[in-house]
Amino acid sequence: MTCLPGKTDKALGLVIDLDTCVGCQACVTACKGWNDQGYGVPLSDQNPYGSKPSGTFLNRVHSYQVQAEPAPMIVNFPRSCLHCADAPCVTVCPTGASYKRAEDGIVLVNEEACIGCGLCAWACPYGARELDADAGVMKKCTLCVDRIYNENLPEEDREPACVRTCPTGARHFGDLADPTSAVSQLVAARGGYDLMPEQGTRPTNKYLPPRKKDRPDQASLLAPLLDIQATGFAGWLDRILGKI
Amino acid sequence: MNPAPSVIIFTVLSGMGLGYLALLATAHDYSGMAAFWHWAFGYALATIGLMASAFHLGNPQRALLAFTQWRTSWLSREAWGAVLTLLAFAPLALSDWLGLGLPRGFGWLGAGLALATVLATGMIYAQIRAVPRWHHWTVPLLFLGFAVAGGCLLAGFRWPALAALVVLGGAMVLHWRIGDGAFARAGSTMASATGLGRPGAVTVFEPAHTAGNYLLREMIHVVGRRHAAKLRAIALGLGAVLPALALLVLPGVAAFGVALVLHLLGALAQRWLFFAEAEHVVGLYYGARGA
Amino acid sequence: MNQPRVNTSPQVSDDIRKTTCYMCACRCGINVHLKEGRVTYIEGNRDHPINKGVLCAKGASGIMQVTAPSRLRTPLRRVGPRGSGAFEPISWEEALQTAVDWLRPLRDTAPEKLAFFTGRDQSQSFTGWWAQAFGTPNYAAHGGFCSVNMAAAGIYTLGGAFWEFGAPDWERSKLFVLFGVAEDHDSNPIKIGIGKMKARGARIIGINPIRTGYNAVADDWIGITPGTDGLLILSLIHCLLEAGKIDVDYLARYTNAAFLLNDSEGPEKGLFVRNAEAQPFVIDRRTGAPAPWEAKGVQPDLGAVWQGHRTVFQHMAERYLAPGYAPEAVAARCGVPALRIRQLAAELAEVAFNQAIEIAQPWVDFRGDAHASMIGRPVSFHAMRGISAHSNGFQTARALHLLQILLGAVETPGSWRMKPPYPKPLEAHPTPHFVTVPGKPLTGPHLGYVRAPDQLALKPDGSPARIDKAFSWENPFSAHGLMHMVIPNAVAGDPYRIDTLFLYMANMAWNSSMNTAQVMEMLTATEADGSYTIPRIIYSDAYASEMVAYADLILPDTTYLERHDCISMLDRPVSEPDAAGDAIRWPVVAPDRDVRGFQSVLLDLGARLGLPGMVAEEGSPKFKDYADYIANHQRRPGVGPLMGFRGNGDGEGRGAPNPDQLARYIENGGFYQAHVPDEALFFKPWNAAYQDWAVKVGLFDSPQPYLFNIWSEPMRRFQLAAEGHGAVQPPDHLRARLRLAMDPLPIWYAPFGDEAEPFGFTVHALTQRPMDMYHSWGSQNAWLRQIRGHNPLFVPTKLWLRHGFQDGDWARVTSPSGQITVPVVHMAALNENTVWTWNAIGKRKGAWALSEGASEAGKGFLLNHLISELLPAKGDGMRYSNSDPITGQAAWFDLRVRIERAEPPPGGESLPAFGPIPRVVPEGGMR
Repeated sequence: MTCLPGKTDKALGLVIDLDTCVGCQACVTACKGWNDQGYGVPLSDQNPYGSKPSGTFLNRVHSYQVQAEPAPMIVNFPRSCLHCADAPCVTVCPTGASYKRAEDGIVLVNEEACIGCGLCAWACPYGARELDADAGVMKKCTLCVDRIYNENLPEEDREPACVRTCPTGARHFGDLADPTSAVSQLVAARGGYDLMPEQGTRPTNKYLPPRKKDRPDQASLLAPLLDIQATGFAGWLDRILGKI
Repeated sequence: MNPAPSVIIFTVLSGMGLGYLALLATAHDYSGMAAFWHWAFGYALATIGLMASAFHLGNPQRALLAFTQWRTSWLSREAWGAVLTLLAFAPLALSDWLGLGLPRGFGWLGAGLALATVLATGMIYAQIRAVPRWHHWTVPLLFLGFAVAGGCLLAGFRWPALAALVVLGGAMVLHWRIGDGAFARAGSTMASATGLGRPGAVTVFEPAHTAGNYLLREMIHVVGRRHAAKLRAIALGLGAVLPALALLVLPGVAAFGVALVLHLLGALAQRWLFFAEAEHVVGLYYGARGA
Repeated sequence: MNQPRVNTSPQVSDDIRKTTCYMCACRCGINVHLKEGRVTYIEGNRDHPINKGVLCAKGASGIMQVTAPSRLRTPLRRVGPRGSGAFEPISWEEALQTAVDWLRPLRDTAPEKLAFFTGRDQSQSFTGWWAQAFGTPNYAAHGGFCSVNMAAAGIYTLGGAFWEFGAPDWERSKLFVLFGVAEDHDSNPIKIGIGKMKARGARIIGINPIRTGYNAVADDWIGITPGTDGLLILSLIHCLLEAGKIDVDYLARYTNAAFLLNDSEGPEKGLFVRNAEAQPFVIDRRTGAPAPWEAKGVQPDLGAVWQGHRTVFQHMAERYLAPGYAPEAVAARCGVPALRIRQLAAELAEVAFNQAIEIAQPWVDFRGDAHASMIGRPVSFHAMRGISAHSNGFQTARALHLLQILLGAVETPGSWRMKPPYPKPLEAHPTPHFVTVPGKPLTGPHLGYVRAPDQLALKPDGSPARIDKAFSWENPFSAHGLMHMVIPNAVAGDPYRIDTLFLYMANMAWNSSMNTAQVMEMLTATEADGSYTIPRIIYSDAYASEMVAYADLILPDTTYLERHDCISMLDRPVSEPDAAGDAIRWPVVAPDRDVRGFQSVLLDLGARLGLPGMVAEEGSPKFKDYADYIANHQRRPGVGPLMGFRGNGDGEGRGAPNPDQLARYIENGGFYQAHVPDEALFFKPWNAAYQDWAVKVGLFDSPQPYLFNIWSEPMRRFQLAAEGHGAVQPPDHLRARLRLAMDPLPIWYAPFGDEAEPFGFTVHALTQRPMDMYHSWGSQNAWLRQIRGHNPLFVPTKLWLRHGFQDGDWARVTSPSGQITVPVVHMAALNENTVWTWNAIGKRKGAWALSEGASEAGKGFLLNHLISELLPAKGDGMRYSNSDPITGQAAWFDLRVRIERAEPPPGGESLPAFGPIPRVVPEGGMR
């Protein structure tokens, strides 16, 4: 159903720490690998060894430069579905293929009902949806709905593939509707924010901003032990060995 | 946005066809084989347009499912509108052809549905907030303007056609004028898209992948500014100004023939631009619109 | 609401096989999921010591590597001219017989005519053993252009090195200072560690001309001028000494700072003063008299003067207190403001001494002195190629180790610690073996650590014994050999000609050579009679790299999921500071082609050649295959390639071979760990409990405590030789250079590449390896090549504006030895005089089963075309090698260029453009 469920019991989502992401692309291929064999049709690649390869990816890592003072910054920026509370991609769908789950807020595409019109991808401000060129159905992040509840996986593996693989631990998964959850507390502590709030989508996923950089903690200078010019090396040696 | 031929043909022909059918149903009263050919032509235009949209689908065999979400989806509403319109006109068309004498009043329902369908087509685009240029009431106005003007030209109504062309020309200009500032007014920037604006200006360092992808093909279409200005002149000239001049200057049927051909070309040009000029906010992630 | 029902518990796979990744050098544990025998998904192994469950972009893309169309399918023999691509498929029997027919006469007459070099080989203890049995002195892997400065400086100074052989104490460190790092070695452990530090709010400082990756998340970034890291470090040392912020107790107990240096003129000057037993000694503060350095209770006096001889400490302090090392004196050269240097020194001192940590763990040192607790200096450092690949890299790495030592920040809680089998003293390493006897093996391993000039690999006439001139006066400490010099030297006949060049996994015809175009010419060079200058080339690889086309005989290797391997304590294990660890690969899927694991092939060749250790008494092959070797080979009695499950299955480190060993490894997730006891976790080189544990698990046969070498006596011996002392003397033209470079205390000298500056080459040019690509391998991968299919040259703001560059522009980049025309991209977070690009993205057309229109082969480019293995001729006409004068490490980060705006080349292809290389496998289609 393309009506939004109003309030969901949970709001499962990701919290992505831009202060920690080193841009290694691990989440990109872990996602590709899992979803190539997981929910729905595979993520196809066209012309994979040719001059213009192109494939379906549900998660892509951008890299931006920020002209900060005193030193410019590079910020790596993973981008995938934000599982918005007011998901515009859901309401535009003519077939009901696109929907937001009432129980956990995950936005999914029922591929069997998808006609591949692409309207949901147009409606998404974040570029979270890619129409698979082989299957003609819309693909998007499922928050690994086939992992997080999967009774065939060990408990500790019931998290999205991107979170499980992230080497720096820059990706966190949890219930953002629960203010006591670890992810909610991280958002509160670090000033987690929404992407393009002006679009009115009320994203579930939050981004943690880079911490303030390039401000050396140590303003005070090391005081020389004594004036070597005046007292000479022997004086220095006496003082330093006197410390033992 | 990608100016896909299927979508251009769909919106141009279905709009013109529905406009024409609405006039056949309300302002004309052809009979016999004349009625058959006129109605058939109108139906054909609308249907070809609607069929063209199917070429845009990844899985057209499931198209019937598009009727299920009329409560929320403008695309679903448009589908219902198109089918209901075509059904609603059917008794009258048969009556005109076979001389059954159904009152013209029957046509008003279909005409209303036809305009509602065109409105729904416009709303498919106008509802999309992520494309600020589209997210405005001028879009349905434009679509309705094309439907009425194209319909009048096909129907051979000189003065209504002239009036519609004038309104259409105005709508086009209005759409462009308002649309040109829409992205900035929407307030989406690289800073808001990334949330990184506070420490300083944000620019792209490296794209996410060096390879192409669906987003780049579908939503990040860059059209040169000078190119766009030229096309706007063509769209306005061929779509509204020259057809109007033709109607004023040329005599009889020739005027309509010339005006119609010019108008159709103008409509295609306008529609190509409608897509090509529309910037999606996702382009911000790719640095497609400055800092 | 009628939501669709989603099956949230699908069966993931029918089998999970745990093996070791080989998508880069990191050696992570992976869970390979299979459905109906096909690989369907690869994820990290949560129990594995290296990656603890996580996996990088390359690792998760392995599924595209085992099905890559670039895989070689069958043995091939060249039938047309070399490089023409004309090959015929042959059987393995023919291939092996061909190789034997070529190699046997060499072994019987002149074993050195075989040069056997391996590239990204993870079985060096095995391939080296094979070469030793063959009897050729010409063996090494690729460390000579990769890491040797770092490795050797570490061993000579600390008895252990950065790279993957040590790690910051991620759990306790409060300040992490990161110098130039290759993001492909130890990559997941470093990423995990950075994540841990970030989560704790610890500080990270990046010192790197380029701010990407790890440096992008650093709290503080110092965009240093390339090649000046050593100078910056010595200036930090200056500040710390001046302020007295050094760990004097640590220096006295655990380093040679208290050794006395002979001050008398003559052949002993600068060597340690020794006692009657020829041992260095210290002056005991309690008595003021000489005492053995290892005596119980001894308190070595750093300030002692004995018979006019002063301590290492005094020499060191005097040197670095000199005003030439003051921040104000070095700031301009380093491109770092003096205030910033002082702030950094202050921060190091603050964390090391004011925020010291203590672990309530009693321990006993090698002298028998008991300590109630372990005091930690929570400052950690890490560095890799950024400082290693310069002609001053060895001394720079030594300088960094000295800084660590002065802070007491090695092997203490919160600092940087070594991974078993390290710490290991210099004296426990072999010296090079190189004397050939036809038909006989070498008497010991090829590679080692030279302590004195008489251990150099020189022939009686003084000429280099090895084809790569390793361990010669040109580069005395070349502990990893010089693979990049093999082809040029062999073609030049300097020091001699070879017959057969045997390479494994080394893409010398492309990205693994400095001057690619010339190396391609060398590979096809002919003599007057039309014969090839390098008569025979045997090459083994799994994939159709650029090198394959230049081989005469191709031995196709398997992919990493189809083979046995051991990641052994004998070479580069998967240890962590808290545990020794080793691992295996095993065939989790069977090859679908006529290919064989290279190590099994090498054992087969060895048996056919009758090499010692590879044939049983009755002459039959001793090992069926590599798996058999892994389980049953013994390097020393009871010590073999794998440490776990020895003997009856309970043996750890020591024990008889266990036929079930591999099965036990597979059961255990593909690896084994021996945990260091709690009281042995820190202060390892001096910790009696650690030394005993190391003996118990077979790392050593007796305890090997030692002191860190602030003063390097081996280096001083070479300096003495350069000054004219001793029987083994360098050639005169190298004396001045050796006197400078072999300074026994860390020094900084300008990188040799700087000599190009007066000729207008004012810009530094660097490469970095992306985290999502390994060498040339990534481009054949359908997923990875979409992420990074071509590379631009990144240009800093100052140069961008000066040359008026616009988006989409191209630049012509010229070095003293070459020119390229490439696309440019602006980058703000970059040293203002440095340009750089991603390494090894550019490919030759026709290689790796890519289409000829592939962006890698068009727009993509290599910086290698600008680098030569020789420096421009000097005034005396000599052409010195473009490498560190101590180790021979290829100095590719010394590169200097000039840059100018250029018209885009025709077709939008970077220049130089090379014609297509003949295909050895068909172009790939669908994945």
